Amino acid sequence: MNTTFSIDSMENGIVIDHIGAGKGIRIYNLLHLDELDCPVVLVRNARSIRYGRKDIIKVAGDIQLDLDLLGYVDHNITVCTIKEGKVIEKKKLTLPKRLVNVIRCRNPRCICTVEEGIDHVFELTNHNTYRCIYCESKSKM
Amino acid sequence: MRHMIDPLDFSVEEVEKLLNLADDIAADPSKYREVCRYKKLATLFYEPSTRTRLSFEAAMLNLGGSVLGFSSADSSSASKGESVADTIRVISCYADICAMRHPKEGAPRRAAMYSKIPVINAGDGGHQHPTQTLTDLLTIRRRLGRLQDFTIGLCGDLKFGRTVHSLIKSLSRYSGIRFILISPEELRVPDYVIRDVLDPAEIPYEEVSSLEDVMPQLDILYMTRVQKERFFNEEDYVRLKDTYILTEDKMKLAKKNMAVLHPLPRVNEIALSVDDDPRAAYFEQVQNGVYVRMALIMTLLGLADGGKE
Repeated sequence: MNTTFSIDSMENGIVIDHIGAGKGIRIYNLLHLDELDCPVVLVRNARSIRYGRKDIIKVAGDIQLDLDLLGYVDHNITVCTIKEGKVIEKKKLTLPKRLVNVIRCRNPRCICTVEEGIDHVFELTNHNTYRCIYCESKSKM
Repeated sequence: MRHMIDPLDFSVEEVEKLLNLADDIAADPSKYREVCRYKKLATLFYEPSTRTRLSFEAAMLNLGGSVLGFSSADSSSASKGESVADTIRVISCYADICAMRHPKEGAPRRAAMYSKIPVINAGDGGHQHPTQTLTDLLTIRRRLGRLQDFTIGLCGDLKFGRTVHSLIKSLSRYSGIRFILISPEELRVPDYVIRDVLDPAEIPYEEVSSLEDVMPQLDILYMTRVQKERFFNEEDYVRLKDTYILTEDKMKLAKKNMAVLHPLPRVNEIALSVDDDPRAAYFEQVQNGVYVRMALIMTLLGLADGGKE
């Protein structure tokens, strides 16, 4: 059985590449891509030389991406901006130092879970984990 | 502007300077009785506390300043739903410095973000209690003559015991410290203390459940109370509250110069008969707490070094 297919190349848009296999749908939802009215493609389990399998998202439109959010979900992601059929920018993501309202603190004793209107802020520790700046609880995905 | 929210907000050098000032105050408190004249300390205590609040108030009064504040959430605007951020913005207009105790973790950090005056964390839930830590450091230094090269046993509620978390964090910056963490399984130190503080710095520690077994190794024994107010389930509290009781018999197993510390209040985890043992340092700690808070207030108000800071 043929396990490959092709998707038309884009003139203008964004390609979110090297998404860990299985994480694409999460990113699709987190970025609210279902709300866009431009063409959006989510490819799952594409072949990858580096990772074996990967997910890819293509958005044929000009959108603002929350790179901190993407970096947190999967810091191996690359984001390519396409203009007139050419890659004009390629960004490799890293784990963001600070996340604002990306993760919710689940500690019922933390001030940010009790008072309304407080941003849930997590900072990266030396050990690639995120901790709430208020109570130091570890993030849970 | 400086705050004291986390025990690591001050560098080792700054802590040493502060402890030196506390020692100097202890040697001659009268020298400092006018230092904070016309300055006001606000004590914002959203949960009951006797010794910490009175210790702060005594510290400010000893420095010639005055105090205002509230001692429970019921008597503050919090009962009307006011946020910590709004409260501190208001208090900033009334006082020069504030000490905040709050049942919710991170509340003093939240306050510091909006404050125009130095904020001192006087205990936030089960999280941190940095001025108790400064008190502990001063007491250890005065007892042992050093803050390096000793074995400390922390015993009791290591999960919710904020004084324990703060003390471990602070001592992790000194060389040659070995921790023995004595607690029931359910009350072990939170994982962040192990993963973020002890493991990365390769600080030796062991987690045990028997106090007697480790007594002979200890230079410092830090006892804690199992805090009823931290449990959601009373059954768990009742089951765990009497796990460790320090008695004269257990003290016989200890070194002759070991010091017993306790942040107080105690319930029954130290038998009254231990109070007369010269190794009992917990009431000394209370006095040291006043000196160290005096030193901290002066430092945060820029009045240490004769106001040259």
